[in-house]
Amino acid sequence: MKIGIVVFPGTNRERDMVIAFERVTGFTPQIIWHRETALPQLDMVVLPGGFSYGDYLRCGAMAAHSPIMREIQAFAQKGGYIMGVCNGFQILTEANLLPGALLPNASLRFLSRDCHLRIERNDTAFTQGWKQGDIFRTATAHGDGNYFCDAEGLKRLEGEGQVVFRYASPNGEIDPSNSDFNPNGSINAIAGIVDQTGRICGMMPHPEDMVDPLMGSEDGKPLFQGIMETLTR
Amino acid sequence: MKVRLIIMLKQGVLDPQGKAINHALHNLSFQEVQDVRVGRVIDLEVTETSPEKAKARATEMAQQLLANGVIEDFQVEVLA
Repeated sequence: MKIGIVVFPGTNRERDMVIAFERVTGFTPQIIWHRETALPQLDMVVLPGGFSYGDYLRCGAMAAHSPIMREIQAFAQKGGYIMGVCNGFQILTEANLLPGALLPNASLRFLSRDCHLRIERNDTAFTQGWKQGDIFRTATAHGDGNYFCDAEGLKRLEGEGQVVFRYASPNGEIDPSNSDFNPNGSINAIAGIVDQTGRICGMMPHPEDMVDPLMGSEDGKPLFQGIMETLTR
Repeated sequence: MKVRLIIMLKQGVLDPQGKAINHALHNLSFQEVQDVRVGRVIDLEVTETSPEKAKARATEMAQQLLANGVIEDFQVEVLA
């Protein structure tokens, strides 16, 4: 399994992502600097969290138009898998690889706390380590995670089953208007989506933060197990 | 030639920053304020000399990078 983690100026969660892949799957990802003009042979590209280009203009906007993204667009066209976490999700929406946009949190505050997510479907590489309806704890660390798309786009997303992770209470209740359970105000409490092919996934929270008892939880492990099962099949 | 882009959140997109400013203005007794929307102004100095062409180019720039069509609307003005 060949994983490439792309680093832009201001990306700061790449090492956590490396540790999570190593610890859970035994495979060591390679780090790819944004100035590279070609991607090595890869099964999956990961865009990790951080503050690429200082969040100038809009979060993810500058990275989305950097040269390496043309290669990543071509990689997507050829059927490659892509995962964007936090700033990576913002970059994927800005690059039009995923629909919608991430607005400032409804509270206007930077969010640094744990949350719970509900698995909406488990037939994707990113969610097959869980059962549908499973709840897991994960961490959030973002200022702009308030998922938004217009009414028509939302209908399409929900209709096609592209919502894979939803913010939930610890018991799995969904209440988009409750800021305890939907901490950033996302529309329909959407925390993570896939594209129409199911191969490109973006999510705001950080499952890579919870893959070891020393991190306080191993709730994030099924993400990496599911990816490995898909990519080593 | 100077071109100005004014970028605003679309109607219907929640503007929490505008809401917070609205609240702060009320705290300062500006009770007449009903709603506040916050946007962004980008001034471009360009070599183009035709206002029409400058406007068309700035529109392309907004569509490709400077505005996000999912959440924002923009206007282009040629200043001078």
